[in-house]
Amino acid sequence: MAFKRTPQVFSASINEVTLGTGEKAVTIGGGNTMPLYSFDAPPKHKVAIGVEITDTGVDKTLPGMAAYYEGAETLTDIAKRAAEMPGADFVVLALDGADPNGDNRPVDECIAIAKEVADAIDVPLAITGSKNVEKDTELFSKLAEALQGRNVLFVSAREENYKTIAASAVMAYGNKISAESAVDINLAKQLNVLLTQMGIQPTSFVMNVGSAAAGYGYDYVASTLDRVRDAALTQNDAMLQMPIITPVASEAWNVKESIVSEEDFPEWGSRESRGVSMEICTAASVIAGGSDAVILRHPESVKTISGMIAGLM
Amino acid sequence: MALKGLDIFKLTPKTNCKECGNPTCMAFAMKVAQGAIPVEKCPHMSAEAIAQLSEATAPPMKSLKVGAGEAEHTLGGETVLFRHEKTFVSENLFAVCVCKGCVDAKLPEIEKIDYERIGERMHVEALNLEYSDKDSYVELVKKVSGKGRLLILEVQDAEAAEAALEVCAAEKPILNGATPENYAQFVEIAKKYGVVLGVGAPDLDQLYDTAAAIEGLGYKDLVLDVTGASMKDAFAGAVQVRRAALKNTDRTFGYPSIVNVKKLAKGDANMQTALATLFVVKYGSIIVMEDMSYAQALPLYGLRQNIYTDPQKPMKVAPGIYPLNGADENSVCATTVDFALTYFVVSGELERSGVPVNFLISDAGGYSVLTAWAAGKFSAGSISKFIKEYDIENKIKSRTLIIPGKAAVLKGELEERLPGWTIVVAPNEATNLVKFMKDFK
Repeated sequence: MAFKRTPQVFSASINEVTLGTGEKAVTIGGGNTMPLYSFDAPPKHKVAIGVEITDTGVDKTLPGMAAYYEGAETLTDIAKRAAEMPGADFVVLALDGADPNGDNRPVDECIAIAKEVADAIDVPLAITGSKNVEKDTELFSKLAEALQGRNVLFVSAREENYKTIAASAVMAYGNKISAESAVDINLAKQLNVLLTQMGIQPTSFVMNVGSAAAGYGYDYVASTLDRVRDAALTQNDAMLQMPIITPVASEAWNVKESIVSEEDFPEWGSRESRGVSMEICTAASVIAGGSDAVILRHPESVKTISGMIAGLM
Repeated sequence: MALKGLDIFKLTPKTNCKECGNPTCMAFAMKVAQGAIPVEKCPHMSAEAIAQLSEATAPPMKSLKVGAGEAEHTLGGETVLFRHEKTFVSENLFAVCVCKGCVDAKLPEIEKIDYERIGERMHVEALNLEYSDKDSYVELVKKVSGKGRLLILEVQDAEAAEAALEVCAAEKPILNGATPENYAQFVEIAKKYGVVLGVGAPDLDQLYDTAAAIEGLGYKDLVLDVTGASMKDAFAGAVQVRRAALKNTDRTFGYPSIVNVKKLAKGDANMQTALATLFVVKYGSIIVMEDMSYAQALPLYGLRQNIYTDPQKPMKVAPGIYPLNGADENSVCATTVDFALTYFVVSGELERSGVPVNFLISDAGGYSVLTAWAAGKFSAGSISKFIKEYDIENKIKSRTLIIPGKAAVLKGELEERLPGWTIVVAPNEATNLVKFMKDFK
């Protein structure tokens, strides 16, 4: 008596959302199985990887990063190099310098930077902001205008500022946004409902349902991802069928394991290997949970995660 | 299939004798149906009824004890596919491969990975013993036996398996060697030495048939090796085995799994980390790796702890003084709740600020700041009590205490209860802590 296979293929599916334009445009979502269950049905699109670069430059304290970006001095060079990274599907510009609690880079400068990056690459572009609600509202609205027609993804609009960002980025200038909520399925759904009620098409936005590095309250992230995908597929909840993008790099490279020096923790080994490992582990977790796109930083992580995705297709 | 309360009730004596501790036979039956009490609690059930019921109410996935002494672990016994449905019960184990040529170099490296994280010891729980030839295999077993780790004998040679078990059977190793060809012989060996048998096959159909055949021989202490030929096969195997057992109650696959990520990505530590992650999240009971460095262990063990924590019980850190950034008795104090997530987020930001701080954690019931405050578990009273009980005033000279922005309301009462202390209110959000601490300093 052979093993009786019972594939779970759902009649519901995740929305398809396209980022960027032209030949290198990337479509994510479309799945109608549990994440990575390619043995139940062939996946429609593969999980996409965005390579993060920042307006504050390459972290040259990490030898592997320094080596990969060696000779790339201008932001144009850095963006090109990121777009060429094996395994990269799109580039993510992190405007960390815009943070009012940090460099507080003015919006005009941010626009110039974003245009430079957008002009340098032919793959899709996503932009993450300062994480400050007021600043991001202004920043994303003006960036959306400057980058009209490029189908850029802005990460993220939150409950406090979704109206302005959605109205300008999506409705006025035809870009895409990600709806960010804090690791709670109800908040995620609520924001999706609000955006839909504004008249934003479900194919014009994705979700960021929150992220955490492995070991740092990741239990909440795991269960939120599980429950969102479950509601989207088994209950056919149209308000949770948006594809999920998860910023991994910003979490993984900001925990103790990726920060403390080898001098302080000699038995832990090189900081770079720890950061890469944390980035890989966190990325593999959120992909197993249902993320349709992840944002990574290190070339080793991108290589490994793209290899894993390809190996599971 | 799981029985309903009424089906069980029909098999009870219906005398309401209360000897099982329940007021009525109906109440007893309902609890058995929920899996709250075993059917054997009723002293008056017939043997046939008990046999019938234990078969029907047996867990869909077998729970097995492996290893002995400090290396004893429980595998399996899971009842749900997703942790939010109830909880996962048996943490996966991590094993590292050893072989005759590498064991001397590897053992000290494996032993270096040993630390505590939120009250749990993190170490390589198991060793996977790779086979090359019979004589050297026994030598290998001798070298690693008695090291306080579960041994997994990955060997398909019956003679070598017996010779190895002669040495280490008392340590309750796993004999991972049964195949569609040799299973009958290996079942005899497993029975003789009383060890759990690992079963492998080239594909899931053959694995299923072999497991069924072994059950037919009366042996049910099994783990299923789902490794397969590719990472796709391995993931498909791990998921389908667990799903068949829990969702479709197919008992033939109702066993813990073992997956060897070294075989899937030999020499590629990063890919092994990615795959090990995949199997922590989805259904690996034992994950075998080529090596385990700190870089790999830190995220993997942290992830495992998160995935296997009971969603109904918040993770807590132990109360105490946590000096950060080389804090000494002159460094300022800061406090927050013992909820692990809060602790990690706040301590992470404090560490990033680089400012030395004595981080004081009191027992706040494992709740977040606002919840603990609302429940009266994080109050001026609880904080001042902690400072007295832990003798902070004699241990630390600084008289500055930073409290969470969300608990700003405690400032006045804390100043009253802690004369001589300056109470400083931090920002509401941890993300603003780095700037706050730098400015504050």
